[in-house]
Amino acid sequence: MANFDVIYLGGGPAGYVGALRSAQLGQSVAVVEREGLGGTCVLWGCIPAKALLEAASIAQKVAKGKEFGVTAEKVTLDYGVAMKRSRQVSAQNSKGVEFLFKKNKITWLKGTGVLGSNKTVKVTAADGTVETHTATKGVVIATGSRVKGLPQIGLELDKSLVLSSDEALTLDKAPATLAVIGAGAVGCEFADVFNAFGSKVTILEVMPRILPVEDEDCSVELAKSFKKRGIEVITGAKLGTIKKGKTNVTIPVEVNGEKKELTFDKVLVAAGRAPNIEHIGLKEAGVQTTERGFIKINERFETSVKGIYAIGDVAGPPMLAHKGSREGHVVADILAGHTHHPVNYGNIPNATYCHPEVASIGLTEGQCKEKGLKYTIGKFPFSANGRARTSGETEGFVKVIRDEKHGEILGAHIIGAHATEMIHEFAVARENEYTVEEIDLAIHAHPTLSEAIAEAVLDSMGKMLHA
Amino acid sequence: MATKVFMEALSPTMEEGRLVTWLKQEGDAVKSGEVLAEVETDKAVMELTARGDGVLRKQVVAAGTTAAVGTLVGIIAAADEDIASLLGGVAPSGAASAAPAAASAPAAAAASAPAAPAPRAAAPAAPAAPVASAGRALVSPLARRLADESGVSLGAVQGSGPGGRIVKRDIEAALARGPVASTPSAPARAAAPVRTGEAFEDIPLTQIRKTIAKRLSESIGPIPTFYLTAEFDLSRVAEMRTAALALGEAFKVSFNDVILKAVATALTQHPDVNAHWLGDRIRRFGGVHLGMAVATDDGLIVPVIFDADQKGLREISAEAKTLAKKARERKLKPEEFTGSSFSVSNLGMMQIDQFTAIINPPEVGILAIGAIEEKVVVGPDGGFTVQPRLRVTMSCDHRAVDGAVGAAFLQTLRRLIENPLLLSF
Repeated sequence: MANFDVIYLGGGPAGYVGALRSAQLGQSVAVVEREGLGGTCVLWGCIPAKALLEAASIAQKVAKGKEFGVTAEKVTLDYGVAMKRSRQVSAQNSKGVEFLFKKNKITWLKGTGVLGSNKTVKVTAADGTVETHTATKGVVIATGSRVKGLPQIGLELDKSLVLSSDEALTLDKAPATLAVIGAGAVGCEFADVFNAFGSKVTILEVMPRILPVEDEDCSVELAKSFKKRGIEVITGAKLGTIKKGKTNVTIPVEVNGEKKELTFDKVLVAAGRAPNIEHIGLKEAGVQTTERGFIKINERFETSVKGIYAIGDVAGPPMLAHKGSREGHVVADILAGHTHHPVNYGNIPNATYCHPEVASIGLTEGQCKEKGLKYTIGKFPFSANGRARTSGETEGFVKVIRDEKHGEILGAHIIGAHATEMIHEFAVARENEYTVEEIDLAIHAHPTLSEAIAEAVLDSMGKMLHA
Repeated sequence: MATKVFMEALSPTMEEGRLVTWLKQEGDAVKSGEVLAEVETDKAVMELTARGDGVLRKQVVAAGTTAAVGTLVGIIAAADEDIASLLGGVAPSGAASAAPAAASAPAAAAASAPAAPAPRAAAPAAPAAPVASAGRALVSPLARRLADESGVSLGAVQGSGPGGRIVKRDIEAALARGPVASTPSAPARAAAPVRTGEAFEDIPLTQIRKTIAKRLSESIGPIPTFYLTAEFDLSRVAEMRTAALALGEAFKVSFNDVILKAVATALTQHPDVNAHWLGDRIRRFGGVHLGMAVATDDGLIVPVIFDADQKGLREISAEAKTLAKKARERKLKPEEFTGSSFSVSNLGMMQIDQFTAIINPPEVGILAIGAIEEKVVVGPDGGFTVQPRLRVTMSCDHRAVDGAVGAAFLQTLRRLIENPLLLSF
């Protein structure tokens, strides 16, 4: 039994960043976490997946080496080795968070937390011991989300044939054939990884295009690139009830009225995440949820119960680590009584780390149309960019959507090598309300990929120089 | 963080205001929302409220002074905050006696450097927002463009971005508050301030509508007005009033109250009349916000009965009474006399038989109510009867309202007034 100013329920990117910020503001802080620190992001998502994507990238580069005069012979691909390295990177990052906790004197309550009355949390440790702790300022729920599978068509996760990303991250070897259900960021990234490690990958997406939340131009470009690499992309796919064999899974697929049955060694379900709202005493505490199962919060992250807050995936979409982290930062400011800058939900970047990478911020062209905005498009292909040519990564483009009247950057979309790094020029510009003119005025180093941003911006004003 | 106190546009048409009295003195603690001073506008004596917490450090403008909207009139800041840069060229009023700390503090602090609390002492704490240097407003490029475009004076805007930077939402908020610094020859009328959550529908202009608007404006002034007069039988309204009064004093309503209620009801059936002309579009309102012209010693003012269509006779009666009283006492708040969707002017009590009222733009119509008079009329059976009769004249903006549209509205109004029982349906 101990008293803290703030207790965070969950040590993922929302909870742990909130805890660090609270500690920095002089609060006494505890974080309830049953697994390792860092949450899905560090342990089962962003970090290990990116380690594997790096392996995939090396595999792709080696394959292209000959044209650069670097010929590697007898190249072997071993998913198991890549997997083990990704687990090490994960563990390192988790240890890093542990170190930060110690440095900031944050108490890690190892165990499972359940909300009690009057800002208390009951924590059950792995050995069964139970302790109740009290927060004087607030309890912050940051329990995140999980892959939920698609039980309605028999795709229940079974850890052997029907996998979630969790199991895909710990496979010893790449399967010969793999179906990836869902072509969001996670689906496209795993398709990329397993394709690079020799699997015959088929993407099945119910929506008419892959990366459905991104600008349509990016979806088209990525699908083109995937197909070139031998990844089969089936969009607008209606899936029937699956049949599980001993060592394989058969999926009935209907596209444009045409029916066929496809058989795979493994199926990776990369569609549908569910917020973790169960077993934490929400109902007993009186915390209300939305129709879609997220915890209901106001703009100060307050739930329906005074003193209980919610942030991150469990508090609603977009389910992105960086969105959760920012919410953690802001809720810590609020709880410490500091002035805070509200989270700017209109300016959260999206990033998909497949090859080529896709990154975006703001509105897509489709959304601009729906809103009836008047805009002009600026677009510059990497094929006309010097730096991209030197590295032989000429796929993709920068696309900027500019408000016709005031030059506001309504949205920016990049597909190409290092797109996820480049998008932040637009993030800073939009946060500061720079218009396309300010981006043009900023001198971009030559030769860099970022010059494509400067050119796209010029194009939006009808003044493109290099194409 | 320091908050600049500006002379605000306390009424939609206000261009300058006279600071009547300061209600907070230099050195007084103030909270956001507290009244700082009384300001006389072109319409009323209004309250200037604080938009930040702290201490009123400086009265830049003395009581009795008239200042243009957007002028810096005071500064609210922390007790020990350096406000010299905010004051810029403004000379400290009352020289040394008023606030010696304000002007001399920074110099002293610089001299005795070690003792002075470093502004960035506690790094993790949210740093005090840096303050715009004198003479140059911190403003985002996008906000600057929007301000240029819409004619908002940046000096009159309090920034809400990091470090008090003026950002897009501040300009949008300034625009929503109403025309602050007016562009003298703005061709298209800015949309009138609309209460938040207001339901309305903007109708794009059709080509025929544009041509009608252009031709008619060329013919007769900026608002091509035409007039429609009708005479109603008030017998049943009179009967209803008598019957209602018999139920007790609580049910006493005036003829005018019934007319207001009938107009509000009729407007719900004629959205084309319950509208604003906005130059490039017509805004139809979801609710009826009925302006009622009130004569005061200082002149005419038009307080508004909001959502009049949703209100019963008793509510309308009570509200009309309160608003008229407040108007005469000059106590109306700006939000009580802006935002009407249609107006009514009544000179019946002054024995005017009928008259034409002038449209209050951007509204597209106004109804002028004359005196109620006993008249001999030919009854349905050919015989003569005596009836209380009322003449109303509707002024219509022909750019938005065609003759037949105005006439149809008056038909509905006649049906309601001659059969007031319908008002309860």
